[in-house]
Amino acid sequence: MILDDKLGQDTDAFYNALMDLHEGLSEAQSHALNARLVLILSNEIGDLEKLKLLMQAAANAG
Amino acid sequence: MAYDYAPYPYIAPPGLSGPEPRHPVVIVGAGPIGLAMAVDLAQQGVKSLVLDDNNVVSVGSRAICWSKRTLEIFDRLGVGERMLEKGVTWKVGRQFHGKDEIYSFDLLPEPGHKYPAFINLQQYYVEQYLVERAQEFPDLIDLRFLNKVIDHTDRGDHVELTVETPDGTYTLEAEWYIACDGAGSATRQRMNLAFDGQTFEEHFLIVDVEMETSPFGDHDTPERWFWFAPPFHPGQSALLHKQPDNIYRIDLQLGPDTDPKEEATEEKVIPRIKQIVGDAPFRLDWMSVYKFRCAKLDRFVHGRVLFVGDSAHVVSPFGARGGNGGVQDLDNLGWKLAAVLRGDAPPALIETYSEERTHGSAENILNSSRATNFMTPKSPIEALFRDEVLTLSERHPFARRLINSGRLSLPCSLEGMTLQTAGDAPVPPGAVITDAPLTGANGDTWLIREVQGQFTLVGFGDMALPQIDGIARIGINSRGDYPCFDATDGHAIRRYGNAHIYLFRPDGHVCAVFTTPEVAAITAAMKNAMGAAL
Ligand SMILES: Cc1cc2nc3c(=O)[nH]c(=O)nc-3n(C[C@H](O)[C@H](O)[C@H](O)COP(=O)(O)OP(=O)(O)OC[C@H]3O[C@@H](n4cnc5c(N)ncnc54)[C@H](O)[C@@H]3O)c2cc1C
Repeated sequence: MILDDKLGQDTDAFYNALMDLHEGLSEAQSHALNARLVLILSNEIGDLEKLKLLMQAAANAG
Repeated sequence: MAYDYAPYPYIAPPGLSGPEPRHPVVIVGAGPIGLAMAVDLAQQGVKSLVLDDNNVVSVGSRAICWSKRTLEIFDRLGVGERMLEKGVTWKVGRQFHGKDEIYSFDLLPEPGHKYPAFINLQQYYVEQYLVERAQEFPDLIDLRFLNKVIDHTDRGDHVELTVETPDGTYTLEAEWYIACDGAGSATRQRMNLAFDGQTFEEHFLIVDVEMETSPFGDHDTPERWFWFAPPFHPGQSALLHKQPDNIYRIDLQLGPDTDPKEEATEEKVIPRIKQIVGDAPFRLDWMSVYKFRCAKLDRFVHGRVLFVGDSAHVVSPFGARGGNGGVQDLDNLGWKLAAVLRGDAPPALIETYSEERTHGSAENILNSSRATNFMTPKSPIEALFRDEVLTLSERHPFARRLINSGRLSLPCSLEGMTLQTAGDAPVPPGAVITDAPLTGANGDTWLIREVQGQFTLVGFGDMALPQIDGIARIGINSRGDYPCFDATDGHAIRRYGNAHIYLFRPDGHVCAVFTTPEVAAITAAMKNAMGAAL
């Protein structure tokens, strides 16, 4: 699975907002925040087949 | 060959022996921005006096990356073609993470533009070309080297300056004082103006080396190589790109905890360069350590003192927005100041320079701060995200877009600001001119050539343009008793649409659009752009 850009012009603003979200947190807090974010975004995607493909893409990247 | 820094001659100024008549404009600082400012004013018949505390061009290459918009403005000022000819247009970008190339891209130029997205050219060449261009206006530009401004006072209708020379000090009066005295602006400090922003803790080492054999391999293609965490420089970033004269620029991030003095020594630098460029022989041309800052003034206009270029705003160099931003400043101010000095516009028009360019510089600061943040993660979690973006980018295009080693300078839009009349068109009011090739009675030309430098009404398609005082006219794919051109390969019509009329300001920004040639509406838009409503 090859993932194309969907954020367009907002790419940098998105990344910056994500970094801001983590600002001042301990590593444990950041970890927890990331977990909550993954859960929230997964629910927003709301499509198990697609989620499984995305999970594979993340697992295979490393 | 190393650049020959021939000093410009110092000539004892008349002010030393007696008072000089009040100057309409004094420009403090002959860097790229001050010099270009003087040329812009001279092309409009406005006299200026340029004072510089130094007598050579920029020491070290400093700004090397000049954007398309800058080249288009320099085209109007008469040095664009010379810069393009000398400059290097890079074609391939390679992105590395550790020792691996994660991806590469071809920078294919979009057809139908006179200038490419950007070129690499050392700042000293740009300044040299501008000095030589300025010298073509001996009656309008008085360029004085080794004339250091040490004090100034705003008297309301003029500014008084004190200038120090090798032969002593003298005083001057100027109707307008343009501070182009750079990032450390003494003018700004004397006025105690807040210059707030963000300082980045990282140090960067910038090195120019000269070498006969290309470090990019045995072909002639100029490339740009960018590394995150290369093996030769663990945990940091590095950049390599080409300048004219076989000079290669290397930027190395040094991290916050290094001692810059120790890093900027040949013993430390030469082994690193060898790891980057290989075993081929090279000569160290220039080396410097920087800490970067993003900051700006709240307002660029303070009474009779106008801040232009680095004196008004500084950015980190990722995205090449310092010099390029300054060039847009002077392009914005030049026509306004000339109009006010001629008495064609109210002095309040100058205030719109501040409105429009503080916006542009805020945008530049936002973009270069984001790039700097990406390149210099502040915490382990930021570093983790950055590294995983790099990992994902080997495979996924979306992650490549997230990699931010500098977003190249694009001109900002002035949409919604005071001088623009709202409207709807493919290139909306506020946007800057998009170039296109044209064919006319005298052969091939470019839209930027025909439009910039005066208010110009351009009709695309079969539109008859009315004659209005103070507005030049051209037609594209139409006929009229004014200059008309064909849209070569249809580019102009594709970019601007058919059956649209655009009113361009002298700086190439669209200030109004029309679908019918109504004299009253066009006249009103023109008056608005000249500050009638202020
Ligand atoms: C390492 C590095 C890389 C960069 N790369 C890029 C790039 O790729 N692209 C880009 O667009 N920008 C780049 N920049 C930024 C660019 O160099 C500056 O934005 C640009 O030089 C600003 O021009 P200026 O004319 O405003 O100021 P300066 O070039 O600083 O000129 C100021 C002039 O004023 C004179 N002066 C100062 N005080 C006085 C006084 N009291 N009296 C008289 N004269 C005075 C100085 O001698 C100098 O000549 C880079 C900068 C650095 C340091």
